[in-house]
Amino acid sequence: MMRAGFWGPLPSLALRSLWHRRGSVLLTVATIALSVALLLGVERLAVESRRSFASTVSGTDLVVGARSGPVNLLLYAVFHVGDATNNVSWQSYLDVAHMPEVEWTIPISLGDSHRGFRVMGTTPDFYAHYRYGDHQPLGFASGGAVADVYDAVIGSNVAVKLDYAVGRKIVLTHGTGVGAQMQHADKPFRVVGVLQPTGTPIDDTVVVGLDGIEAIHIDWHAGIRLPGAEVDAEQARHADLTPKSITAFLVGLHSRMAVFGVQRAINDYDQEAMLAVLPGVALQQLWSIVGVAQQALRAISVMVVAVGLCGMLAALLTMLGERRREMAILRAVGARPATVFGLLVAEAGMLGLAGSVLGLALLYIAMALARPAFDRIAGIRLPLTAPTATEWLLLGAVLLASLLAGCLPAWIAYRRSLADGLQVRL
Amino acid sequence: MSLSQATVQALDAPVIRSSGLTHTWRGGRSLRFPAIELAAGETLFVHGPSGSGKSTLLGMLAGVLVPDQGSLNVLGVSLSDARQAERDRLRADHVGYIFQQFNLLPYLDVAANVALACRFSAPRLATATTHGSLDAEVNRLLEALALAPGELRERRAGELSVGQQQRVAAARALIGGPRLLIADEPTSALDSDTRAAFIELMLAECTRHRTSVVFVSHDLSLASHFDRMLRIAA
Repeated sequence: MMRAGFWGPLPSLALRSLWHRRGSVLLTVATIALSVALLLGVERLAVESRRSFASTVSGTDLVVGARSGPVNLLLYAVFHVGDATNNVSWQSYLDVAHMPEVEWTIPISLGDSHRGFRVMGTTPDFYAHYRYGDHQPLGFASGGAVADVYDAVIGSNVAVKLDYAVGRKIVLTHGTGVGAQMQHADKPFRVVGVLQPTGTPIDDTVVVGLDGIEAIHIDWHAGIRLPGAEVDAEQARHADLTPKSITAFLVGLHSRMAVFGVQRAINDYDQEAMLAVLPGVALQQLWSIVGVAQQALRAISVMVVAVGLCGMLAALLTMLGERRREMAILRAVGARPATVFGLLVAEAGMLGLAGSVLGLALLYIAMALARPAFDRIAGIRLPLTAPTATEWLLLGAVLLASLLAGCLPAWIAYRRSLADGLQVRL
Repeated sequence: MSLSQATVQALDAPVIRSSGLTHTWRGGRSLRFPAIELAAGETLFVHGPSGSGKSTLLGMLAGVLVPDQGSLNVLGVSLSDARQAERDRLRADHVGYIFQQFNLLPYLDVAANVALACRFSAPRLATATTHGSLDAEVNRLLEALALAPGELRERRAGELSVGQQQRVAAARALIGGPRLLIADEPTSALDSDTRAAFIELMLAECTRHRTSVVFVSHDLSLASHFDRMLRIAA
């Protein structure tokens, strides 16, 4: 039952001593737990937001658009942030699509919206070739793909937020953003399918055919509808609905090995100034910009942990005064000064450990509660997976820091027990 | 490093032999102590005015403080030369210590407080468990000191009277049959009735194990309980 020896009694003594002072101990543990939960939460959000962005382009080898910056192209073409400065001509698109190395392409035509959601014109290739997450294909929650000129497929968030279902008639708005006022009211679309959630910007998108985009703009010129030259929806069906230009397109290759060759060929294309980027590379550039903010967040969360540990240190140091008698008793029954030192370090370690474990639990509770909101609002999925190596490392660092912090009161008690002998000088 | 049993002298050798001990506290107050020679099983009453350095002497005997000068030999170990780990080991294995008051750890119950001395020393645990379990030995000691184990074992120190606390402290100091018991005015917080009873119970248990006793008090009326008396001048 009871073990003698140098370290034998330490863990149980430390535990009982902490339990005895559980009021202040609990506060200290709670402080550490909250700070640890914040630290891990920031880390996990950073990782998951990156994963979420990367999952949006998981199956795409190249993103191609008019020449601008790689990050800019990626943002407007894939993440629907900002607008394109220039389009790519349909002919240039066809030239790339017909390159022998190219397996598939997904043309993207942006510029219209529906009640705040982006409208994306594309072809059936989108449903066939687009991959997200872990190379998952798109799936339909209800209905099916766009078949008619005036068909629309909506993302899961669009369906939920606007309470739309298959069969609903919708009217597209010319342009995007708050300023967009002019409606394509003469050519309404019908929702024919609702996509399953993907955790990508597709969830916030209304997908129509390229011919649909062409049809609603057939009587438009330079951003306004030409008066007196209106073409109604039925007439438009019979017009040539081949687009003159598109915003960008995604490219999938037969072999990843060819990606640099194809990229160079597109960038050197002499008919039109185009830019082809590897989504991974562009994402890296994006992260190097966004990374500063993430680093700042991480630094703040580390400081919060430091504050938590300082709170623990303050509590331990305060208790030290009341505990001089206890130290003298331990010395009297044979404890070495090193044992007194060890006892206090062990207590600090236990506080750190309890705080870390509780912090981890808090993180998972918070994630379980917040994940629907994160998915809906930010499109970031928070899987309740086991802690990653980095997270274990952070927990280890917290534990180590609490042990180190415990060395200060331990050192003071050690010095005192050497100087005081068995007398308690208060 | 732990001190092997063999280095501790045989049972009949003197338990304490010291001469010319001095100790200087920070601040420069210097204390000088008379020579002491204490045989196994012998009990010594030490008295002197406050400030005479009684507690300092006990600290040196317990191996917690180091004398500046003089020789101090406890159980054959020269404490003026021994390294700190050796002195701590000697105390853990062979010395019981009772404070004036507040002897018990507030977060342990009575039984765990008594057993505490065995948790820092394997030899003491071995001695305490010669005839049975540690629990049984704790109960036996509590009974010997007129404490009802059934009633008190699981109580905390704060729930006991001062007299009970001091007897629990004596039980802890005596568990595992130490060779030397050091008591620093253990009765000063007790009233005169319980004082004599405490000393008698304590000394009876010491006789049983042939434990030598160094007992400090400024109450000269207690001196008659002890074999010899030593006076320390201010």
